[in-house]
Amino acid sequence: MDYEAVIGLEVHAQLLTESKIFCGCATRFGAPPNTQVCPVCLGMPGTLPVLNRRAVEFALKMALATHCRVAPESVFARKNYFYPDLPKGYQISQYERPLAEHGYLDIQVNGTSRRIGITRIHLEEDAGKLIHSDTRPVSFVDFNRTGVPLIEIVSEPELRTPEEAVAYLQGLRNILLYLGICDGNLEEGSLRCDANISLRPVGETAFGTKVEIKNMNSFRFLRQALEYEIRRQRALLLEGREILQETRLWDAAKGQTFSMRGKEEAHDYRYFPDPDLVPLKVSDAWLEDIRRSLPELPAARTRRFMEEYGLPEYDAGVLTADKALADYFEAVLATFPRPKQVSNWIMAEVLRELKKEEAGIASLKVAPRDLGRLLALVEEGAISGKMAKMVFEDMVTSGRDPETIIRERGLTQISDAGALEAQAREILAAHPKEVADYRAGKTKVLGFFVGQLMKRTKGQANPQLANEIFRKLLAD
Amino acid sequence: MAISPEEVLHVASLARLTLAPEEVGLFTRQLGEILAYVNKLAEVDTAGVTPMTHVLPEPEAFREDRVSDSLPREEALTNAPAREEGAFVVPRVI
Repeated sequence: MDYEAVIGLEVHAQLLTESKIFCGCATRFGAPPNTQVCPVCLGMPGTLPVLNRRAVEFALKMALATHCRVAPESVFARKNYFYPDLPKGYQISQYERPLAEHGYLDIQVNGTSRRIGITRIHLEEDAGKLIHSDTRPVSFVDFNRTGVPLIEIVSEPELRTPEEAVAYLQGLRNILLYLGICDGNLEEGSLRCDANISLRPVGETAFGTKVEIKNMNSFRFLRQALEYEIRRQRALLLEGREILQETRLWDAAKGQTFSMRGKEEAHDYRYFPDPDLVPLKVSDAWLEDIRRSLPELPAARTRRFMEEYGLPEYDAGVLTADKALADYFEAVLATFPRPKQVSNWIMAEVLRELKKEEAGIASLKVAPRDLGRLLALVEEGAISGKMAKMVFEDMVTSGRDPETIIRERGLTQISDAGALEAQAREILAAHPKEVADYRAGKTKVLGFFVGQLMKRTKGQANPQLANEIFRKLLAD
Repeated sequence: MAISPEEVLHVASLARLTLAPEEVGLFTRQLGEILAYVNKLAEVDTAGVTPMTHVLPEPEAFREDRVSDSLPREEALTNAPAREEGAFVVPRVI
């Protein structure tokens, strides 16, 4: 029997406010433990939370950017559970009446576009951070993160493959970065993702028993964990066994998910409206202000790249799917204003480098201005396209500018027709058979002659010029 | 009875409370009485009344996104039963 996967993602994004959601403690990452805490976020009796207006504005931006309906009035609720990272014994979240609902995100996978529903976006506070001792049965608690504002973005169970799940998370992250409301760092946990996944026979409309997976702190781990879980659940179903509803953790080192807690221990959160916080009202005027303040988002930027720069839809889509990459592209254009050439170079050479290193554009040592100058040198005929690739590889590792590399490695192109012609004549004289072949109609031999010339000039002959010279000499 | 002994035990475990057998009976009866009392509200006809979660009118209850002083760490850790390198120390939880 064939099964299909049903996947939904719960994504938590830390908002880039200066201060926490309900108190004035700083949110700076990496501060020494328990130096950004106060009676409010430590849950001292008698303290009262007061909502950070900017946290709401950031959440509203995300809601609008993902086409959600914003509730004119939403309510904060207490989610009650005991855990050492939660000093109050409850997390302030939103439950029955979230900030926003019924949005969507369009994703592209293998050239096909799909619209993935967003069930809801709500505001909540982050919990503290636990570090477990390697040597003793204790954990260390740091409450600096307690009360950092989060939005939780819940998708509909409409994702069908690990690739779609990754594309969806990338799409959300990209919008968060465009909006400038989250730094999107999966490894540091400023963006976190849990997945719900179940399998069902193809054609079946009811859902199977779902499993929740946590602890996937990279796109690769998300894909691997979902692939593993699909294999695991399929094997169980094929054996006629039951799937347990449970929470499983991804273990990156082992490449497996393992059970964290079962249904019998499932939390019973006893949500109720938080009496300390009045309902959050969002007026039409406020929402309109937010709407007007939205920056250019990925979809609009794609359209602009097509219209303003004449790029094909595919190029425009790839470039704008990563804000930093799109910014890089436009920065190169400032030095070398030929959009299609810059795009080609980025799509081929730059993306290949990034893929090799599994890194983002931010880690690329090549400054946009230097790439622009390199392309300009090709355009001027100072170096060949082939040399440019060599120079680029050097730039990637050394971070040096192209002129320095070209000078030091003696990579100038010979565009002196007279000098090349003399050598070309010698080559023809040394290969009478090939010359005869060419004249008999085997024009492919031209490549052989050009190759010989390249060898003699150590690759410095202008290839276009070399082609012309041989064609001319052989036609004589 | 408004609440069963099983529910009392469940609520107790959520609250991390260990109850003696005689306490289970006592609390089942007491909580039952409280729930029955509160349940009197169900006798009121609320058809057409909008559910309300808060009694206050509509104050603008925001703060601006400005950082204020946090507690000195020494003070934050004053009540910690155990601490190490600026962190609260708790029994291992995973």
